[in-house]
Amino acid sequence: MTVETGTRARRTAASFDVERIRKDFPILKRKVHGKPLVYLDNAATTQKPASVLDAIQSYYREENSNIHRGVHALSELATQHYEEARTKIQQFIHAARRQEIVFVRGTTEAINLVASSYGRDHVGRGDEVVVTALEHHSNIVPWQMLCESVGASLRVVPITNSGEVVLEDFRRLLSERVKMVAVAHVSNALGTVNPIREMVAEAHRFSIPVLVDGAQAIAHLPVDVQDLECDFYAFSGHKMYGPTGIGVLYGKERMLETMRPYQGGGDMIKSVTWEKTTYNDLPYKFEAGTPNIAGVIGFGAAVDYLGHLDHGALDAHERLILYEATEMLQNVPGVRIIGTAREKSGVLSFVVEGVHPHDVGTILDREGIAVRTGHHCAQPVMDRFGIPATARASFALYNTQHEVEQLGKALRKVQEVFG
Amino acid sequence: MTDPNLRLLYQEVILDHNRYPRNYRAMPDATQSLEGFNPLCGDRYTIFVKLRDGIIEDISFLGAGCAISKASASVMCSVLKGKSVEDAEELFGRFHRLVTGQEDATQHEAELGKLAAFGGVSEFPMRVKCASLAWHTMKGVIESRSEKVSTE
Repeated sequence: MTVETGTRARRTAASFDVERIRKDFPILKRKVHGKPLVYLDNAATTQKPASVLDAIQSYYREENSNIHRGVHALSELATQHYEEARTKIQQFIHAARRQEIVFVRGTTEAINLVASSYGRDHVGRGDEVVVTALEHHSNIVPWQMLCESVGASLRVVPITNSGEVVLEDFRRLLSERVKMVAVAHVSNALGTVNPIREMVAEAHRFSIPVLVDGAQAIAHLPVDVQDLECDFYAFSGHKMYGPTGIGVLYGKERMLETMRPYQGGGDMIKSVTWEKTTYNDLPYKFEAGTPNIAGVIGFGAAVDYLGHLDHGALDAHERLILYEATEMLQNVPGVRIIGTAREKSGVLSFVVEGVHPHDVGTILDREGIAVRTGHHCAQPVMDRFGIPATARASFALYNTQHEVEQLGKALRKVQEVFG
Repeated sequence: MTDPNLRLLYQEVILDHNRYPRNYRAMPDATQSLEGFNPLCGDRYTIFVKLRDGIIEDISFLGAGCAISKASASVMCSVLKGKSVEDAEELFGRFHRLVTGQEDATQHEAELGKLAAFGGVSEFPMRVKCASLAWHTMKGVIESRSEKVSTE
């Protein structure tokens, strides 16, 4: 972000009342080691507003029952709330149909579902799967496993020193042999926002389906799956102010239709006899067993929460925080930012000269500041930059400029300790 | 550093060994060596040992990781040089008790010597693995030696 856009963002962000937002998140009142909590580990998981916590509580207290099978009042109520959440999520990502929303445990399971179900039927010996060099392990390993078992090969699009995907190389890798492109919308380790629309359009020229790992994007960027034209979009509830253990696989209906079930069991069938089982319709075909009902209801409440905010102001606020934090880090001597793509969202990875990220993390923690340190489940990214690990500050809608200043002060303390 | 726990964790001995690690070198004539790796944080060290008649004649290390893990490897090498395998194993136990808070550094300062500097780790459960990595690797080195001896 340039200074000019920084100034513009500052003006729009002023209309975002972050102090009011903070009151919605009970955990932000707590202290850590006697200091006010400064939570900057939002790329790992976000905090939950009271409305999400209440929705989960209220399900268990008022209507706990199983869905899709009871004729009794509670089951009807729970089913209604569960299915309402599906519709809310459908609208949130602008999916064309509600049956395109499949509930899974999280992004990882969503990717595994596609790799197992679609992958095994469409990727064969000699075929290729294309991923980028900035992927999270969860968008690498399922494809590696698939390629290994069918005799296909995994091709990797390189990234530049600033952490941007090299689009020319991406285009070069596309061919009739490629049966799937899997790419992150936003890199969890570098913060890079990938040009998904362009990449999807390029892949579709070869009729290659594209899966987008949206885990890091969903809470921060407007996501319109029809506009992106991606075939699959995977994301988790807990990274968008919802509960853990629940996520979504969006898939175009015509893709999901042709895919075989991922798991067998109750709820995913129409009829079962010893001779033949008929599978249920979408999306239930992919939702075997009693699902995470409380999770889905909490997820729905998180979508409601996000939906009621002014998105222009929210986006400006998040941009401003990232801009201020970037500027602050650039002014701490000995600190180097890893990942300097032109388009970034929410993530600031950095290393402090002469100090290992773990020691940085411990000292920040004693100041009440929560950051992630390590390889961020993206070891190939660390290898690409020739570092074992980074410290990562990642932001959410409730972070403030004051917290960015606290981070700066604490980093000076790190340097004081290590002299 | 105003935080007393932090001061206990990053004691001068630890900062010094992190900055100027002792015995930080490869050992071409090592009788055995082993790499220790913490997949959670990426800390990685190779411990080299020259064992003769149950005595650690020389011990050194190479690798990279956080201050706690590097200082621990450095202090360990200084402490174990010239010790018997039995003494090394006994010290491993003591070190483990120390960093997990089962042994109080202040009460055993004389016997623990430089190792006492790691007493502060017990207040940081997430860092116990950092402190122990080199020691676990050293134990692996020594154990593979005795296995080798028994099969020869």
